[in-house]
Amino acid sequence: MEGIVAILGLLALGFFAGSNIEKKHFADLQEREYRTRDLTVISLGAKTPIPKANRAKLFVGSVVISSDYFKTFVAGWINFFGGRITSYESLMERARREAILRMKEDAIQWGAQQVVNVRLETAEMGGRGGQGIVSVEVLAYGTGIQ
Amino acid sequence: MTARPGISRPAGLILTTLEGVPGHTIVKHLGLVQGSTVRAKHVGRDIAASFKNLIGGELKGYTELLQEARHEATQRMMKEANKLGANAVVNIRYATSSLAQGAAELFVYGTAVQID
Repeated sequence: MEGIVAILGLLALGFFAGSNIEKKHFADLQEREYRTRDLTVISLGAKTPIPKANRAKLFVGSVVISSDYFKTFVAGWINFFGGRITSYESLMERARREAILRMKEDAIQWGAQQVVNVRLETAEMGGRGGQGIVSVEVLAYGTGIQ
Repeated sequence: MTARPGISRPAGLILTTLEGVPGHTIVKHLGLVQGSTVRAKHVGRDIAASFKNLIGGELKGYTELLQEARHEATQRMMKEANKLGANAVVNIRYATSSLAQGAAELFVYGTAVQID
């Protein structure tokens, strides 16, 4: 009985705190994306010649983001029945947008006009056989040009 | 090795994900260079992270840990490139693999080149 209460408590905590953090993060992302909208980010550049570039520098942005208890619980159930795990989709979206933004903000500080040949990398962190900490690292890197 | 007029040369090694360095031409390929590091998670950070895992959000401790590790890998790659006499590393790629529980390998590789 106490176990069920504890789980329900954790679920409620995960749901309310988690969705609050997520909402804040999305608002923050939107605001920062608007501020950095002038810098174009493209994934071309390896074979295409870049016109009028004099200087180049590598920029890396990364973030480790964690799921909350509620999301992990829901994902566990969906995993059983199959289907889209929407709770993790939003998690991945937040992580990717955050990583790209960090890269862009660094590049803007350096005075880049464009970030070219951007690559995204995802790595799963930890997770003891599907249990424990569910977290994911997203890395964005590219070349800023002036 | 004369600097072109109107082009400022940043000090040290130029790192880029492109196949060349904008504003320069590659005069010599020196081969693949790489750097890697294997890091384990920190117990203190792990405990903090497990609390954070209830409510979600960014795990700042881990972000920093991986950033430091990646920086070290990049430094190692740069050292190798320096040894070969390169002044730029092009076509850089990062990769991560988790080796064992709580340990991750971060590695970076690229092609060391000499540019004019």
